[in-house]
Parts: sequence; structure tokens; C-alpha cells
Amino acid sequence: MAELLQFVSSGLTVGAIYALVGLGFTLIYKASDIINFAQGEFVMLGGMMTVFVAMADVPLPVAALIAAIVTAGVGLALHRFAIEPARGASPVVLIMITIGASIFLRGIAQIVFDKRFHSLPPLFGSDPIQFGGAAILPQSLAVLGGAAFIVILLWLFIERTLLGKAVIATSANRLAARLIGIDTRQIVDFSFVVSAVIGAIAGILITPIALTSYDVGTLLALKGFAAAMLGGIGSAPGAVVGGLLLGMIEAMTAGYLSSNYKDAVAFLIILIVLIAIPQGLFGRAKIERV
Amino acid sequence: MRALHHFSAAAAIGLSALLGVAHQASAQIKIGAVLSVTGPASFLGDPEKKTLEIYVEEINAKGGVNGQKIQLIVYDDGGIADNARTFATRLVEDDKIVAMVGGSTTGATMAMIPVFEDAKIPFISLAGAIQIIEPVHKWVFKTPHTDKMACEKIFADLKTRNLTTVALISGTDAFGKSMRDQCVAVAPKTGITIALEESYGPRDSDMTPQLTNIRNKAGVQAVVNPGFGQGPAIVTRNYRQLGITLPLYQSHGVASKQFIDLAGPAAEGVRLPAAALLIAEKLPASDPQKPVVVNYSRNYQQKSGQAVSTFGGHAYDGLMILVAAMQRAKSADTAKVRDEIERTKGYIGTGGIVNMTPADHMGLDLSAFHMLEIKSGDWTLVPGT
Amino acid sequence: MSLRALLDNRLMPAIAIAAIVIILPLFFPSAYYYRIGALVFIFALAVVGLNLLMGFAGQVSLGHAGFMGIGAYSVAIGPVAFGAPSWLCLFAGAILSGTVAFAVGRPILRLKGHYLAVATLGFGLLVAIVLTNEAGWTGGPDGMSVPKLALFEWRVRGSDAWYWIAGTTFVVGFVLALNLMDSPTGRALHAIHDSEIAARVLGIDVARKKLTVFVISATYASVAGSYLALFNGHITPDSAGFLRSIELVAMVVLGGMGSIVGSLVGAAVLVVLPQVLTTFHEYEQALLGLIVMGFMIFLRQGIVPSIAAVFARWRK
Repeated sequence: MAELLQFVSSGLTVGAIYALVGLGFTLIYKASDIINFAQGEFVMLGGMMTVFVAMADVPLPVAALIAAIVTAGVGLALHRFAIEPARGASPVVLIMITIGASIFLRGIAQIVFDKRFHSLPPLFGSDPIQFGGAAILPQSLAVLGGAAFIVILLWLFIERTLLGKAVIATSANRLAARLIGIDTRQIVDFSFVVSAVIGAIAGILITPIALTSYDVGTLLALKGFAAAMLGGIGSAPGAVVGGLLLGMIEAMTAGYLSSNYKDAVAFLIILIVLIAIPQGLFGRAKIERV
Repeated sequence: MRALHHFSAAAAIGLSALLGVAHQASAQIKIGAVLSVTGPASFLGDPEKKTLEIYVEEINAKGGVNGQKIQLIVYDDGGIADNARTFATRLVEDDKIVAMVGGSTTGATMAMIPVFEDAKIPFISLAGAIQIIEPVHKWVFKTPHTDKMACEKIFADLKTRNLTTVALISGTDAFGKSMRDQCVAVAPKTGITIALEESYGPRDSDMTPQLTNIRNKAGVQAVVNPGFGQGPAIVTRNYRQLGITLPLYQSHGVASKQFIDLAGPAAEGVRLPAAALLIAEKLPASDPQKPVVVNYSRNYQQKSGQAVSTFGGHAYDGLMILVAAMQRAKSADTAKVRDEIERTKGYIGTGGIVNMTPADHMGLDLSAFHMLEIKSGDWTLVPGT
Repeated sequence: MSLRALLDNRLMPAIAIAAIVIILPLFFPSAYYYRIGALVFIFALAVVGLNLLMGFAGQVSLGHAGFMGIGAYSVAIGPVAFGAPSWLCLFAGAILSGTVAFAVGRPILRLKGHYLAVATLGFGLLVAIVLTNEAGWTGGPDGMSVPKLALFEWRVRGSDAWYWIAGTTFVVGFVLALNLMDSPTGRALHAIHDSEIAARVLGIDVARKKLTVFVISATYASVAGSYLALFNGHITPDSAGFLRSIELVAMVVLGGMGSIVGSLVGAAVLVVLPQVLTTFHEYEQALLGLIVMGFMIFLRQGIVPSIAAVFARWRK
């Protein structure tokens, strides 16, 4: 029993990380149908920037704030200078641009920062919480809480604010949205900024557990993307459920089957789920218009 | 036909310019290096590149080798063996180097060996695995200790503590996998039983399920974690999180002060085999390596602003062995230099004292390794090792 | 035949490419250039296959390096474990890749857009994970050495030999792809690309056509992977990895989706660019990212179709 609890605790820790990274994909996708492969670099920027600003004797909360603001700026710049000029290009081309952006940001980060691993102190200390023979770090709960908080904010934003409705309208039909007076460019601007901030928050919260370095983004984005797809892309609760599920599968496989093949089992299950439910767990099927 | 030749010559120059090749006609000794400066093995390639640059500059400032300046050409393979192979061909065919120091990873080194064997150019690798020098390739040498030696050192230390049953938890990356294979191979010969094996991926953020299984395995007396990068730091933290009190051994893959910073208080009591470099200042004055390692670590820290790692030390040793061989050969002739590298005797480097032979292209023995223990956030020498 | 008729001949691009393959070495100052040339053709071969899938059938694959990996490890493992000659292993690998593509393609090609992307991505990762873990066969992450290709007692080594082999194979693959595009299957694929539902209404067996092109593209990738392994003499699981898959997709998109000539240009750009960028040292990666972004923003149809459009306008 104690071991099962420990596996669950590990699944929660890892799953919360995937969920938080996966959440970043949602809003950009909702507003513009783009899968942003530079999302992992937002996560990296959040963590690395906090580490380096804090090194200059800036208090940690201020460093985190600066990191979030700078990352938001990078998100805005990504849209204004790279995505917007290519508007109307095919989705694959837009994805290629985000991949180019991720290579670029990684290349800049290795010059501005360094190539070493870094950590941040956890929010609530590093003494594990014991329950039923299992141990979980308080920071894991902080990551989980962060993911829940963002889901609630996103939900409130989409359902309760005019701006949120505008995002939905832009996502449904960009031309129609413009016709009824929505500045769709600003809406997409906004979605990039918010996604960048979500990425930065993810980076800041997970660094005390997973550590960070200039190239941490690629694999995190890969898992986060898989999580978001498993849950159904564009759905915030879907990203969280997908992330937690992915984390749980990995932990259970590592615990009960084989740690060598835990990633393989995870992706096998994603394949099976997608074949059974082609739009992911929480996604809505898209109707092709002829 | 003549016209065509002129045309093709002109085009060749254009193409060379396009590919960024600098053809300089000068009496310089060209030394090449293909290092994993970026990518997952950048913790190896980055200090290696910095070290080579620092020391080539220093050597040139003192007048070079045999009156000639060294020109260092470094390419970054990004940790991908295919790229390494292409850059190796470029160094040989286009840059016309006379010797090569580098190849950060075993995969890259193995991919490059045929290029240097064919071209008959000496190649000093900075990678760990034993297959680089076993079987011996005529033109290939290496400076770091092998993974096998690290395992033997760890197991010997276990024996002195009367611990014989261990669990392994290793990374699935190249370093972890190669070290794991060597440990499994030497365990029976040293009387160690491996009761359980677990692994983790290169970017995993939580290893508690694997460690829970290790904790629950009856009879395990100690845990060995061969790996590099952030993995071992997380394993060490998770180890304490789960309250496991068995002795924990890390490998030379984390032989840098950074590991202690990342693992924090959880690193207390962790042991690992490492070269003298990490404890430069703490070596007894009688130790022959002391002046070399103290010099290198001070110099590196001052010029790069980063903590010293044993990986940069491998590059230092590679360059110095090569330079010494060129001085003894009194030329940069590839065949003569190769013969002199093979005759390296009593070279005192950061990794140990090197005595090469035609059958041993590394020339280090177990005495080059020290068993270290982390105490109050710093390395200490385990007495009697 | 008049010059005009020759120019309009649909084999014209193939002849032009064959001419490039033959003439280019006149400008090669060293074996290093042969190597780069050979790499371009090997990658271009895989990219042609992927382009059939992406550009013509409109189906994305983020796991094509998986098929390259199968091809590569076939020629590495086959000769060592079973004593089979390399060329036989190359064919066996191609058949194996095709079979795997057939088995995997049936369920996952029903997925659309990003979901297909993540499914193929998962497939590629699975191949890479198996290659990494089954160290007894594959040598694990450090990889394994590949016996040299032997054809009638002639052991193929050296970059120049490989340049000619890769160049010839690319021209053959190029012609086959052109013919496929001109066949009824090709036209059906085009219809699928434009609108799957409309194609179905027209009576096209959409699932079957998609599967066919998926199998063909996997075979191309597998042969390219085998060549790469034989050429390099050493292979690591990176060659089946996620980043390699992304690289292949980037080559397709950069050269121009749906342009077979573009496949060669895309491969050439992404093989040569890192070699050029070495002069910028630590700015290498940042510049590579910028250039990829720039190409995609300003030549969003891909290099070849964008240039072709400019020419078409200019001729008017």
C-alpha cells in the first residue's frame, strides 16, 4: 500500500509538471489554431531568468516577477514579429516558425545565461510530507496548486469576461470576429502573452523539482504537448487531466513494470487513446468544411 | 578543358568561402576538436572547449610549439554522432589538421575513429567508454579513466565497508548505460551482487518509484547511481525524500562542485570516485599531482569564472600530452607525433599519471581515482583511498 | 525534338538534377565536399518520401526518423547477427519499414491534423526508445558500428563513392516520385489534400490512398536511413530521434511542400547551413533559428514554389 501511495505521489509530481507545461499550449491554440513549439522555451525562460536575476541579489519574488514580465514580452514579440507577418500561411508553416523560434531562443539563452543546470529554492521548504508511508515534496503540491489556479483563472476568463468571449469568437471564425468589431490581432497578441506567462510560471514552479538549463524546453514541451493532446487540445481541464494521466502512467510503469520502458508505455497509451477517441479526452471534434 | 579547370578552380574558391573555410597559408600547427559544446552532453563539451582555448592561448603566448603557433579549430557536434563524423571529415580533408583532441562522448568518438584511422592522424578522445581503446586502434588515444575503472573503484570501496549486495539506478543516456554495462560486467569478478537494476530517462524529474522499489528490495546494502547531468542530483534528493539511509554512491559523471549545489543537503555522505582535480587544494603537499591540479583549477576558475570539473581536465591532459609529444618529436609530422604519444611516460596530468604503451592507449591505473565523500557541502578524501 | 518540347518534357527536372549530380563534383576541392554532397542526397531521398506524404496527401508525420532508424539498424544488425550481405539487409529494412508503416498507418491515419502529428511523434519515439534500450542488439545510446557495404567484392568506402551512390539513388527516387504524382494515385492524393470529404464523394478510397503513400514514404526514409548508416559506418539512436524527425519536416516545408525539387533544396539548405554557420561559433544556433523563421515568413510556400511564382509573374 505504501508503495502504491508513493507511486501515486510521484505520478502527481510529474503529472503536475506536464499539466502546467501543457496548459501553455491551450490558449494560443484556442485563439489561433497554432501549436506553439516554442512553449517549452517560455518554461525555460521563466526558470533560467529567475535563477539569473536572483543571482544578482534581487529578492526571489521580484526575480520571478521580472522573469514573468520578460517572458511575456518574448511571447508578444514572437507573435508580432514572427507569427503575424506570416498570417494566412498554412498551419505547418506556422508551426515551423515556432520551431525556428524555439531554436533561436535556445541559442540566445546559451549565450545570455550558461549551459549549466540550475535550481531554485522550493516555496515551502524541502521537508517531505509523510502520508501512509509515502513522501511527497511540498513543492509538488505547489505545482499542482499552480495548475489548478491557472485552470480556474482561464475558465473564469473565457466564461465571464468579454475579452474571453472575443477569444472564442476569434477561434471560431476570424473573419466574422473582425466583422463584429473584434481586433483579432490584439486577441492573438493577448493569447501569446498569457501563454508565455503560463509558461514562465510553470518554469518557476517546477525548477525546484526538475531543475533547469538552457535546453530544458525541448523535452518538457514534448511531454506537455503530448499531455495537452491526450486531454484534447484547446481544453484547459483536458491539459491538466492529460498531464496527470501521463505522469501517473509513467510512475506506475516505472514502479510495477519497467523503468526502461516507462516513456514507451506512456506513448503507447496515448496512441491507443487517440485511436479510440480521435479528438482526445476533452476535445471537440472539428467538422471539416467543404 | 583548361577554361573549365579555371572555372572550376574559381568556383571551388567560391564554394569554400560559402562553406566558411579559411585557407590560411601560414606555418601554424592546426589542431582540431569536435566537442559537444551544446546539446545533452554540453556539460562535457563546454568546459573542454574553454580549457582548450585557455591553454592554446597560453602556449602561443609563450612562443608556441617548436617555434610554431597552434591554431585551434573547434566544431560543435551538438551531441549527435552523425554531425561529429561530418566535422571530423572536414577537419581532416579541409582544415588539414595534424592532430585532434576531442570527441566528448563515446558515440561521437566511435563515429569519428574510422576517419582518423583512414587519414592516419592522431586522435586523442576525451570520452569514457572502454571500447575506444579496446581493441587498440593505432591512431586513437584517450585521456579519461574508463567507466570500468570507476565501477571497480566503487566496488573496492564497498568491499572495504563489507557491503556486497547493491542496487543500481542508472540513466538511459549514453553515459549511464555504458557505465551500467561495465558495472554489471565487473560485479561478479569483484564479489559484488547486483540485486536490482532500475533506470530513469535523461530529463526525468522524479525517480521515487524506482527508489521505492530499491528500498523495498530485501538485502540491498548500498545503492550505486551511474549517471550525469541533472539526473543524479534528483536521485540524491529523492533518496533523502524517501528517507533511505543506505550508503549512496555516485560516479565520476557528477564530478563537479555543481552536483553538490544542485543536490543540496541531500548530498551529505554521498561517495564517488573522482580524479585528484576536485580536491586539488586538499591534496597532501607530497602528492606529485598537486602542483598540476592546483594550477589548472585556479587558472580555469579565474579565466572562465566557473567551478572546475574533471571533464575540462581531460581536455587539458589531451592537449598537454599532444604538445609534449610534438616537442619530443621536434615536428608536427603525424606519424612521428603518434609514435611519441604512444611513448608518453610519467606524464603528470589532472587525471593521474599517464604511462602509455602500444597495448594501452590510455595509460592510467586505478591509483588515478580517489574515493571522495561529500561532507558539509564539500569534497573530502576518504582515508586510505 | 525542339528545345521547347524538351523543356516541356516532364522528365526535364529529372534530367536537370542528374546534370547537377554529375557537374557539381567539378567544384569540390576535397573529400569533405563529397561528404556534404552525399549527405544532401541521402537526406533529400528521405525528404522526397515525406514530401509525398505531407505535400501531396496533406498528412503530417513527426515520426519519420523512426523509419530512417529501422533502415539504419537493419544494415547494422543484419550483417552482424545473421551474416546477411548489406544490400540484402537494405532491402529487408525497406520491406520491414513498409510493413510497419502499413500496420501503424491503418489505425493512425484516421487521425487528423495535430492528432496525427502527435500519434506519429509517439511512433517515432517508440522506435527510438526500443533502439536505445535493446543494447544487446543495438549497442544502446553509444550506438554500434556498421559493416561497410560490399558490392561484388568492391568494399564501398570514401565520400566520393558514396556521393555517386547517393546521387544516383536520389535521381531514381526523384523520377519514381514524379511518376507517382502523375499517376491516378497521385491525382487522387491531390484531391485528398484539398478536401478529404470531397475526395470521398468523388469515390476515392481515401483511407487506402493515404495508407499507400504512407508506406511509400516510409520506404524512402528507410533506404535513406540505410545509406546514412552504411556511409557513416557508425550509428546511434539519435538518427531515429525526435529532433531528426523535426529536421526532416523542416526540410520539406523549407524546400516547399508539394515540390519534389524543393525536397532537394530543403535538404541542401539544412545540411549546408550548419556547416556555414560554424564561423559564428556560439551564435550558430540562434542564427539557424532566425534563418528558419525568416525563410518561413518571407517564403511561406517554401523556397522552390516561392521562386517559381516570382518567375511566373516575371514572365507575364
